[in-house]
Amino acid sequence: MPELLDPTIIALYVFILACFIGYWVVWGVTPSLHTPLVALTNAISGIVLIGALLVAGDPDAGLLTQLLGFLAVLLASINVFGGFLVTHRMLSMFKKKR
Amino acid sequence: MELSVNHQALAYLAAAVLFILGLKGLTHPATARRGNLYAMLGMVIAIAATLLGAQVQSYGFIIAGIAIGAVIGAVVAVRIQMTAMPQLVAALHSFVGMAAVLVGIGTFLERSASGGLDALLMSEISAGVVIGAITFTGSVIAFGKLQGLIGGAPVRFAGQHLLNALIALATVALAVHFALTGSLLSLLLMTLLALLLGLTLIIPIGGADMPVIISMLNSYSGWAAAATGFTLHNNLLIIVGALVGCSGAILSYIMCRAMNRSIINVIFGGFGSSGGGGESAGAQAAERGVKSAAVEDAVYWMEDAARVIVVPGYGMAVAQAQHALKELMQQLEGRGVEVRFAIHPVAGRMPGHMNVLLAEADIPYDNVQEMDEINPDFPGTDVVLVVGANDVVNPAAREDASSPIYGMPILEAGRARQVYFLKRSMRPGYSGVDNLLFYQDNTSLIFGDAKDTIEAINAALKGGGH
Repeated sequence: MPELLDPTIIALYVFILACFIGYWVVWGVTPSLHTPLVALTNAISGIVLIGALLVAGDPDAGLLTQLLGFLAVLLASINVFGGFLVTHRMLSMFKKKR
Repeated sequence: MELSVNHQALAYLAAAVLFILGLKGLTHPATARRGNLYAMLGMVIAIAATLLGAQVQSYGFIIAGIAIGAVIGAVVAVRIQMTAMPQLVAALHSFVGMAAVLVGIGTFLERSASGGLDALLMSEISAGVVIGAITFTGSVIAFGKLQGLIGGAPVRFAGQHLLNALIALATVALAVHFALTGSLLSLLLMTLLALLLGLTLIIPIGGADMPVIISMLNSYSGWAAAATGFTLHNNLLIIVGALVGCSGAILSYIMCRAMNRSIINVIFGGFGSSGGGGESAGAQAAERGVKSAAVEDAVYWMEDAARVIVVPGYGMAVAQAQHALKELMQQLEGRGVEVRFAIHPVAGRMPGHMNVLLAEADIPYDNVQEMDEINPDFPGTDVVLVVGANDVVNPAAREDASSPIYGMPILEAGRARQVYFLKRSMRPGYSGVDNLLFYQDNTSLIFGDAKDTIEAINAALKGGGH
């Protein structure tokens, strides 16, 4: 039986390659949209919500753990909803010359 | 319906692609809104795929958490003033940090109940918790400074760096102990020390360095998400964390470059700023050979100008002068004057701060230009109006090798025919450096609140000027 690759190594592959994508994409962002960039990256870093869902949604983990999960879901949701909406609000203000 | 692990992973892949396209959309204002919608769609897919997966079995806490979070987030996003954007972003960063801490500790408790803890997993948990904790308290302090709850001046004391180094070392030692033994006590102590470290790292940093700090904390919140992704073996979290981490790091780099300082210098070095004396602004100005001018002088020069450039700074945000500037732009354009706005990368309290405020005032983005783009045009410009900016137009950065800001790229406002500074007082800029531009023959200062002054100019222009 061949030796199996450690999942952490695969995760490392994904991480490093994603850093390269991030590097190239973000250098392309126009400086005038740097505030919306911060707001949007903030909204998508609300993706920790997924981790929070896994903790909050496991009934076998005990009440304390689920409560921690609940708090994490709450905080990450503020980020997701607040972040996307405020980005949308800002971007709607950028107008071309009429 | 329950989603298999493979189908869930495919959904996560789709979400990751949508997030990348979302960021890509910010390449231009015309495609940016679509980009934001892509990213929203990615988030919806990611959340749905997680909820439908086998791991989520109880929904009570989840529904409650999302519902409350959604209401709070939506209300804040709709009500927040654009000038308060830096504070909002700092607050949101702190939530990501705290969520990462809670997920890390929660995952540890969950796994210690179900088994499956090993040293690698626990070191991944440590990384997520430590970065998250530093992000949390660091962002809370940044929020406090931006909101004016904590003094904005740099706070420095002897032994500061030694203290930070000791806390960092102790944090790492506890992390190692936790990874090797799985001691809950070590995990909690490590969390507390990391929280303390976030506080001691950010508290010394002054208000005008906030663009760097906001970017840096943005980056940290990404790395915290990535570390959480490693803990959970979730590729989507890893990808998003890497994207956000890179984005914040690049912004930090751009901000540092725009101040000709290294990130180390911003965090550990720093400028001191002290207030000016009690003398009246006009008297101080006269003493030092600076001309002060009346509103009418500026009106006289501007109404016959061909080209005017406005240089906004943090003072514009404080005075909320952007709407008055929009009216000034319209008045002048009505007289055939070309009006543009010149933006220095570190103007304001966060990257791109000025652009958002000008956009809020309905100033079209074609009239707003970045430093490199507009610098060659200053010599052919009749009037430059500097509104609440200072260091970013100081020629000392080019001419005086002994100046602390020497080497910082500046907007070359001094090359225009006439320069008018709207200032509240003779206080120097954040760097504490005297502005050489004040003493140039073509420069005059108009003292007063920026918004009042611009409104006075507008009134004079409306009245037919001279």
